[in-house]
Parts: sequence; structure tokens; C-alpha cells
Amino acid sequence: MTTQELYDFVLANSENISSSIVTSYVDRDFPCFEVKKENILEVMKHFKESTELSFGFLTTCCAMHFPEQGDKEFGMVYHLHNMQANTRIRVKTFFPKSDLKISSLVSLWPSANWMERQEFDFFGVQFQGHPDLRRILNMDEMNYFPMRKEYPLEDAGRDDKQDKYFGR
Amino acid sequence: MSTTPIINPNDPEKDYSILNLGPTHPATHGIFQNVLTMDGEMIVKAEPTVGYIHRAFEKLAEHRPYAQITPITDRLNYCSSPINNMGWHMTVEKLINCEVPKRAQYLRVIIMELSRIADHIVCDTVIAVDSGAMTGFLYLFQWREKIYEIFEEVCGARLTTNIGRIGGMERDFNEKAWARLTAFLKEFPKALKEFDALVTRNRIFVDRTVNCGPITAERALAYGFTGSNLRAAGVDYDVRIAAPYSSYEDFEFTVPVGTTGDTYDRYAVRMAEMWESMSIIQQAIDKLPSGPIHADVPEFFLPAKELVYSSMEALIYHFKIVMGETDIPIGEVYHAVEGGNGELGFYLVSDGGRTPYRLHFRRPCFIYYQAYPEMITGSMLSDAILTMSSMNVIAGELDA
Repeated sequence: MTTQELYDFVLANSENISSSIVTSYVDRDFPCFEVKKENILEVMKHFKESTELSFGFLTTCCAMHFPEQGDKEFGMVYHLHNMQANTRIRVKTFFPKSDLKISSLVSLWPSANWMERQEFDFFGVQFQGHPDLRRILNMDEMNYFPMRKEYPLEDAGRDDKQDKYFGR
Repeated sequence: MSTTPIINPNDPEKDYSILNLGPTHPATHGIFQNVLTMDGEMIVKAEPTVGYIHRAFEKLAEHRPYAQITPITDRLNYCSSPINNMGWHMTVEKLINCEVPKRAQYLRVIIMELSRIADHIVCDTVIAVDSGAMTGFLYLFQWREKIYEIFEEVCGARLTTNIGRIGGMERDFNEKAWARLTAFLKEFPKALKEFDALVTRNRIFVDRTVNCGPITAERALAYGFTGSNLRAAGVDYDVRIAAPYSSYEDFEFTVPVGTTGDTYDRYAVRMAEMWESMSIIQQAIDKLPSGPIHADVPEFFLPAKELVYSSMEALIYHFKIVMGETDIPIGEVYHAVEGGNGELGFYLVSDGGRTPYRLHFRRPCFIYYQAYPEMITGSMLSDAILTMSSMNVIAGELDA
């Protein structure tokens, strides 16, 4: 099955959730589906449990931060895998900084537990319904979310590494 | 395996004791902490703590040019760094649409399979050590050293290899590397057979490992298991077969699977995989095509030093690569390789800048280590140690 065929197949078998899909497109070897944040659990449940699609394996989930995108400032990207048919899809969802709440997928995949804790730890995404939403890699006392773009890697006061010295 | 608790960790009738296993305990082989609630010698509840060697790789990667991210990947699963390196190169090659010449792909396969053997040597011998078989460990572990000597000839480093480059290999194997590789292929099977004879059918070893820390295929998939651990539970998923990269489709090999997903099966699957890796390396050597060892991507592949000193163009490219000034296409890619312990994935988002906009590592052991409490609840403390070493959890990868 080519990526385009897979994309058509997934769309054809997702009519009951079509109102939740904002856009969809083929990106290289992945059919991508951008879905509404409110319906993420319902959409994922459909992708996982529909007999035709059965994307039963959650490969990754990671958060994104685009400070310039306004209502789409934060995002979550999920990669799903149907191991029997050997097909993969990518599901995305975006939400503004004022509303960082998103449904947790732990009820569908126990493996989402630590993956979501990690994204909470680094981006501050609030997973609703997560059984144990604590920081995982950083210290519990930390009061900021280090993977957000506003946190510079290096000391902001340092002036020997400015772009102008490198002709940029 | 049902998740219904047969034992209640909050039972007021019981007087449980708390045991702090780790973070620096000789039997955990890395910095892993588990707070165990114990009923005598039986584990009632386990609470793992991770993050002791967290080094913010994803944040670091957002500030480094593409070529400088390879050394970061070395330090993920440091028992098989070359696989991580190659996985990263292939991710970038996917983004820039670069086709690597066949010879480079075959050389990469040789390197990757060697490091898979090194990784499995560590894991399997450590299972033997934890069950009391020190001798087999000493016999086989020196062969990991021989593999590192081959890496040393190819790239100059042993553990944190930074091997290969975006677009191909940095150099061809030299005479010494071929000689060492030939010697390894000739001698290693004897050592592996010896280890096999010492350990695999050993009565004590079998008694200790069979039915120790088992997991069903269903639970393993739910917990995101990949690699040898998933195959030990009976699922024949291997990225090398499911999504062949670097010419793996050219080689014939079988995917060993287990049935019960216990420590013995995980051990046996890795033993069988070492034989398969040997066969792949032999096939790659036999079929090795001649030709260039890197693609024609001057913007990514460093020119030869003589050319940098004599040609204007090479000097410009050298400067651009070293300073990270190469233009990168906008886009996002996900690429996965079969790492030493599972599907190692790279999700790369590029906004066209000199560094990735976002790079997410799918670190297999971070995802499957969360099944550990479930796997050891109700078992003995000594089984918990064996279960952990058989899961091939590597602290560097776990904490990124």
C-alpha cells in the first residue's frame, strides 16, 4: 500500500469522526491528520479500535511549541502504528497557551503514561485524566517548563556568541 | 497477565517494609532507583524513579547544527552508539532526500550489526552474572572489546563513536579493520558456542530465569515494547523487516521469537539474534559492492583535507559545514531503526534554520521501562534484579 492509498483508506474509514478532522494531508511517507483537541480521545479510540484501521500501537507522542502561531501555539504529535498491516499515521493537534488541557490517552495505551509525563515535564501540557501527572526527568521542585522556546539554552547575558560575530 | 492486584500494598493488617533499591546499586547496572514495598522477600509494590542522568538532549539538539547532533546520539544507548549515529544520519538523509551509495549502506550494516552483537553481549552476559554465572561473562565480554577495536580502526573511537557522516561513511574500512573483522567472524562463533554451552542449558540458570518477570504479548504491546523484549513475548516485529533501511532488504535473516516473554526468552532471543547478526555481516562482506562511500552532497559531507587546502570550493563547503550554515529544507520526518533494545525513532521538525526546530527521540527503553513495576510485583527481590538486567534498560537512553 502506498502512502497515498493508505491516506485514502484511512479517510474512507473515518467518516464517523470526519467532523473532528481539521485538515489532512500526505507528508512524505506519513498520512497526517490534524484533529480538534477536544475530540482527541474519541479520534484516537476510533483509530485504535476500528476493525479496518486498528492502529493498535502508540509509537511516540511529543509536544511542540510554536510561540508565533497564536491559537496553535502548542501542539501534540502522535505516531500510530498498525503492526499487522505495517502502516503508520501521524496525528496532530494544536491548542493555545491559555488552554493547555488535553485528554490523556493512558486509558487507551498504558505506554502513554510516561510519554505524557515527559511532555508535561518539559512543556507543561496538562493531560486530563492522567493517573499520575508528575514531573519525570526533572526535579519535582522545578517551576518552569524547559523545552518551551522562551527558555534559552545558554546564559542569556552571554555576549560572545551573538550571530553577528558569525556573519549571520 | 492481569493487572488485578492480588496483593494490596495498603493492607493495614500487614507490616510492610520499604527497600530503596538504587540509585547506585551494583546489581542495577546503571543509575536506576526503585522504592520497593516488601513483604518479607516478596515485592508488593515498586515505584521507579528516573531522570538521574538527564542531560536535556532534546533541548541541546535545538541549538546545534545537524552534524553536531551525532555525538549527542552516541550518549543515548551507549552500548550500541553506532546504531544511534546511523539512525540520526538516515533521518537527516530522509529530510534532504539523499540517496546513499550501496557500498556505504553495506558498510553501515556491518557496523550496525557489530554493535548489535556488542549490545547483546552486554545484556546476555549480565543476565548470567546476575544469576551467578561469572565465568561465562568473563569469557564472552572480551569479544565486545574486539568489536570496539574494529570501531576504533574505522572511526578512532570506541564507546562514543560518532561513526559515519550525513551522506555516507567518513572513510572506508582500512586493512587493519578488515583483518580484525575477519578474525572476529572466525573466532567469535567459538566463543559464543562456549558461552552457550556454559549457560543456556545450565540447570541453575534455567531455574532462575524461566518464568521470571514474564509479560504477555498483549501487555507488551500496550506498554510500547519493541525490539528483543517484544519478540521474546512472541510478536515478530523488527524494524529491519517492517521498514527496511540501509539495504536490509538485500539480506536474508530470520527474526527469532519467544513465547512467554520471561527472562529466559529474552535471553534466548538475544542469543539467536547474535547468530543472525553474524550471518548478516558475512552476507554484507560477500556482497559488498565497490564504489564511493558517500553520496554527492558537498553541503553536508566534509571535503577531503587536501582539497580544503587547495580548492576554493572545498574550503567554502568545509566552512559552511563546520559552522552549521548549510541550508536545510523545511519539513518533518520520522525515521526509525532497530536499535539494540527496540525501535529507536527520530522525529525531526525543521523550519529551515541551522538547527532542528524540534527533535524528539523515541527512546525504546524509556517507554517499556514503565512496565517494570507490573512485571516484578509479586516476585522475589532477586527476580526483580534479573528482570531488570534482561530488559536491557540503558540509563543513558532512559534519561536522555
